[in-house]
Amino acid sequence: MIHARGLARSFTTRKGRQVVEVHAVTGVDLDVEAGEIVGFLGPNGAGKTTTLRMLTTLLAPTAGSATVAGYDVATQAEDVRRSIGYVSQAGSALPEALAGEEVVDHGRLYGISKEQATRRGRELFEQLDLAGMWSRKPRAMSGGQRRRLDIAMGLVHDPKLIFLDEPTTGLDPQARANLWQHIAALRTDRGATIFLTTHYLDEADALCDRILVIDHGAIVAGDTPEALKRQVAGDLVELTLADEGGVPRAAAALSVLASGASPDVDGLTVSVRVPQAGRELAGLLRALDRDGIGLASIEVRRPTLDDVFLNLTGRSLREEAA
Amino acid sequence: MTAFARETWIVFWRQLRIALRNPAWVIIGLVQPVLYLSLFGPLLEPMAGILGTDNAYAIFVPGLLVQLGLFGALFAGFNLVAEWRAGVVEAERVTPASRTALLLGRVLRDVVQLLVQGVVLIALGFAFGLRASVGGMLYGLLLTLLLGAAAASASNALALVAKSEDVMAPLINSIALPLLLLSGILIPMSVGPQWLQTVSDFVPTKHVVDAIRAAFGGDFGEPILWGTVWAVVIFALFAFLGARTFRRENA
Repeated sequence: MIHARGLARSFTTRKGRQVVEVHAVTGVDLDVEAGEIVGFLGPNGAGKTTTLRMLTTLLAPTAGSATVAGYDVATQAEDVRRSIGYVSQAGSALPEALAGEEVVDHGRLYGISKEQATRRGRELFEQLDLAGMWSRKPRAMSGGQRRRLDIAMGLVHDPKLIFLDEPTTGLDPQARANLWQHIAALRTDRGATIFLTTHYLDEADALCDRILVIDHGAIVAGDTPEALKRQVAGDLVELTLADEGGVPRAAAALSVLASGASPDVDGLTVSVRVPQAGRELAGLLRALDRDGIGLASIEVRRPTLDDVFLNLTGRSLREEAA
Repeated sequence: MTAFARETWIVFWRQLRIALRNPAWVIIGLVQPVLYLSLFGPLLEPMAGILGTDNAYAIFVPGLLVQLGLFGALFAGFNLVAEWRAGVVEAERVTPASRTALLLGRVLRDVVQLLVQGVVLIALGFAFGLRASVGGMLYGLLLTLLLGAAAASASNALALVAKSEDVMAPLINSIALPLLLLSGILIPMSVGPQWLQTVSDFVPTKHVVDAIRAAFGGDFGEPILWGTVWAVVIFALFAFLGARTFRRENA
């Protein structure tokens, strides 16, 4: 559905008198097959939206090429536009207009008749839990409802490929979880392919078959969430000891588990990554007990996408996204 | 109906519907000409002799027409900034619709608004004592619409590039005010000192105002020719620039 090779975009901006060239996207290769839900994960400013705008023909690439839904974004822009749905971060509907009219007008710009656009719009309102909102102004709708209205506008011409730019940014947790269900249903109910950008790890984890991690304008990793997490090399076992005397011996015990790697020690806390914590935990506890080491707590953390990101870029995604 | 005409119509009708649903927009649009006529018109009446006419309103109403056309339409872009902020412009630009139609539909809304305001202005002018040739008034209205369409195109294109009211407002004001003063919109330049007249000769909209005044007076001579040429040139130039801006990637 999407194939990009060396896709790049730079902007020239002025810093005082100096003209500076900013390389927003430095060369992206990506392939998305029909029926996939692929997440584009990266901190703000990593180049997610710029890449998305190139794939949706809103921005011309300065280098490289891409085909979307079988059409070249540079030479067949109109065919690309006809084949995709795009839900931008900013929204799609004017707050002062009426929700239903916005959907119908949007559909008509795709060449659909008024009757057909109205029928499709009503169906979408039903499916997206917007029934009764047809004559409501977006201004008077909740954040989650507005976002679902944007999605309805993006789907009114029944595209098989849908781009969602930061679909749940600014929504409360309940509305996010609700929207995830709707997004997942786009594939199960209509067989759509979905490409979404996000800087939320849990969102990428919950929705996507595959995650592409982008940083500084280039893709640094791409795999299933599980495989990405496996790259981090195991679960984190973290011991907090009752007193300082036990620290060296606890570190030694953990080192054995991690086949010789030296654990991180921070005050009373000793931690190490082990391939499969579940298998080792019982033996570890017995050994600590035998040596008379008192524990204040023991914690085992499965790797998260944040660990993946930290591992790949040396920075935490959470800090960047905050 | 061609796809382009259909798309223009969809954009136009959406714009008009949203505008009409906002009563403030409708009321302000109609009250403006009334205020000018009733609060400024009486000041001109005793000056009719100085202006070289027996009907001050035949001088004043054409000026007000151009002012409506220029000022109203120059601020049309503010709507577009709000739309851009709401994501509407991006959403429309990702449809297969012609990007020129996205501009033209909006400009048509402003032209229709201007037409209604112009007709109200002329009708009210009659109540105040305006007497002018009917053909001339229609022709004057036509020139006004051309000028308004040019101003609306320019304003929408500027909005798409600037994307900020804070940039647009001072820029538009700094263009519109000298234009307003040097076009002789409220009082004809011909009563001013020679140097001011010479400066104003370089202002295209002055010639349009002169042409509309001549048309109102039923004088279809040289001023009309020059004013018409200028109105068409201004319209063509800004329609072209506006369309080019809307078609550009990343605008």
